[in-house]
Amino acid sequence: MRDLARHRLFWPVLALVLLLAVNVAATPSFLQIRMQDGHLYGSLVDIARNGAPVLLVALGMTLVIATRGIDLSVGAIAAIAGAVACVHLAGSPAPASTGTAITAVTLALAVCVLLGLWNGFLVSVLGIQPIIATLVLMTAGRGLAMLVTGGQITTVNNSFFRGLGAGYLLTLPIAVLIAMAVFAVTALVTRRTALGMLVESVGVNPEASRLAGVRSRTILWTVYVFSAFCAGLAGLMIAANTSAADANNAGLWIELDAILAVVIGGTSLAGGRFSLAGTLVGALFIQTLSTTIPTIGIPAETNYLFKAVVVIAVCLLQSPKARAAVWRRRRDRSALVRAGRA
Amino acid sequence: MIRRVSAAAVGAVLVGSLAACGGGDSSDASDDDSITMGFAQVGAESGWRTANTKSIKDTAKQEGVTLKFSDAQQKQENQIKAIRSYIQQKVDVIAFSPVVETGWDTVLQEAKRAKIPVILTDRSVDSDDTSLYETFLGSDFVLEGEKAGDWLVENADAADTDTNGSINVVQLEGTTGAAPAIDRADGFKEKIGADPRIEVTASQTGDFTRDGGKKVMESFLKSQPDIDVVYAHNDDMGLGAIEAIEAAGKKPGTDIKIITVDAVKDGMTALSQGKINFIVECNPLLGPQLMDLAQKVVAGEEVPERVVTEETTFDQEQAKAALPDRQY
Repeated sequence: MRDLARHRLFWPVLALVLLLAVNVAATPSFLQIRMQDGHLYGSLVDIARNGAPVLLVALGMTLVIATRGIDLSVGAIAAIAGAVACVHLAGSPAPASTGTAITAVTLALAVCVLLGLWNGFLVSVLGIQPIIATLVLMTAGRGLAMLVTGGQITTVNNSFFRGLGAGYLLTLPIAVLIAMAVFAVTALVTRRTALGMLVESVGVNPEASRLAGVRSRTILWTVYVFSAFCAGLAGLMIAANTSAADANNAGLWIELDAILAVVIGGTSLAGGRFSLAGTLVGALFIQTLSTTIPTIGIPAETNYLFKAVVVIAVCLLQSPKARAAVWRRRRDRSALVRAGRA
Repeated sequence: MIRRVSAAAVGAVLVGSLAACGGGDSSDASDDDSITMGFAQVGAESGWRTANTKSIKDTAKQEGVTLKFSDAQQKQENQIKAIRSYIQQKVDVIAFSPVVETGWDTVLQEAKRAKIPVILTDRSVDSDDTSLYETFLGSDFVLEGEKAGDWLVENADAADTDTNGSINVVQLEGTTGAAPAIDRADGFKEKIGADPRIEVTASQTGDFTRDGGKKVMESFLKSQPDIDVVYAHNDDMGLGAIEAIEAAGKKPGTDIKIITVDAVKDGMTALSQGKINFIVECNPLLGPQLMDLAQKVVAGEEVPERVVTEETTFDQEQAKAALPDRQY
């Protein structure tokens, strides 16, 4: 039991289970999953499907944070990906064909890789601090997305594209399958090769890593490109979910959700160490929290407050210092009570 | 390098304000056909807003009004910044659609001190001091909510889709704190009180977006038993709700009745296809009325404190008839 409590995923998983328990208490059928028109249907399926974009963005963010960086531009990049794909679809001669959709998706992801190269260039070559370097695209990116869509919400009607966000394959949401595939590949590449360790070493000390023969610059550059690629994929899912590109609202604040997911998962913002499994739990936690609000009927005015209180509670739960302080006080008090009796 | 850039920026601002002064002077010299208007738009959050923006820009061009336009992207601070910059540029008249109802007194005082008249469009502000603005042009959101409520009361028997004697309504609210969200909820609540069977069982914000409407509706479908009616504060959230209802294997418009507000083209299309049951119109084409008011205000004429836009409602048959010439 004590070993279990010491596992670094113990507290985030406990928080997730508690949150699910709250939902079950409010709606007893919360965990129910049934078949509906040939696909799985239920609240847990919604959480997985709506959580897929958050998980993707958080995956990219995990590696960036492991190098002691941060990527604030992911929300804007997600908006750009949706905008590029939808505008290409809407403007093409065959807007409903699968071929056009594949071109649109490829084009959007290519643009995102370019944006990632830009972020990586600023951070690894020019040595600009990551928070500032990516702030540039965070601000300018929405403007770019607005420019692409001309300030309109671009609506498309393409079944292949729609499938990315709202479709099902073998009864499972396609968005979840894509996110799990990216998760598996990332885990394989970082944990079955030395790449993960090299990323961590760059996070501990880029200069020492370079002197030890690690190509710090290439690694830094790669993680920003990967982060932008993941954000682009997430943006495509968000746009596909409603078959519309909304440059203003698509992926709004997703960078904060992703950073929270990474931190709740136990990856240190100081860099040098990361946990992909933790990020998975963190992303599920964040999405469950968003779903909890309408399920248990939190009034709209107190949404953000509720979210913040839960997040801070989880962070305190995870902090060994905070836990030790609470524990010590309780012990002191019981000692006092005992002394009082004697 | 930085110094040079900022010097250039200051230069650009100076030239800009000089040009604006020049514009103001010439408008005094020739008469009121070269008014400069500063317009601070909420954003481009929905099809409705886009149509609203287009109407204002097009009419300004036709009427020869020099329009300075800014998009606040749903943030009050951006709108306040834009209004301050219009004051500095000494435009003839400022018009804006407030993102939220409160917190405008300071910046409107500044405009008043600079003797620049202010016209509110589409949304009102919550201030005791009505001298801060000349007039408010826009829809009556309470009335819109009442129209939606009236329709539901009249069609209560048909709206009880599961025929269990109670009509459970779930509400998709607009952005928390925004005037249309507050008023449309109030007007609706007022009217449905007439029938004790009707009850709003759940209400949550969908931020006026499709994505928001879809996600909230997905949760409602699982946590609320026996939903009969969805009341969405705009078409986009209603369209999102339709997708969630379809994914749940139910038929929107039949198994669950849908009432929305706005009547943009995508909404009207869904209405004519029978996926929405009733839409209360909220007319975005304020351009002509706004320019007319602006010219009167600048010329010093008296204008009424409240100007309501002309609006109607649509059921499914009316939507089919109106859809072919829908502009937005």
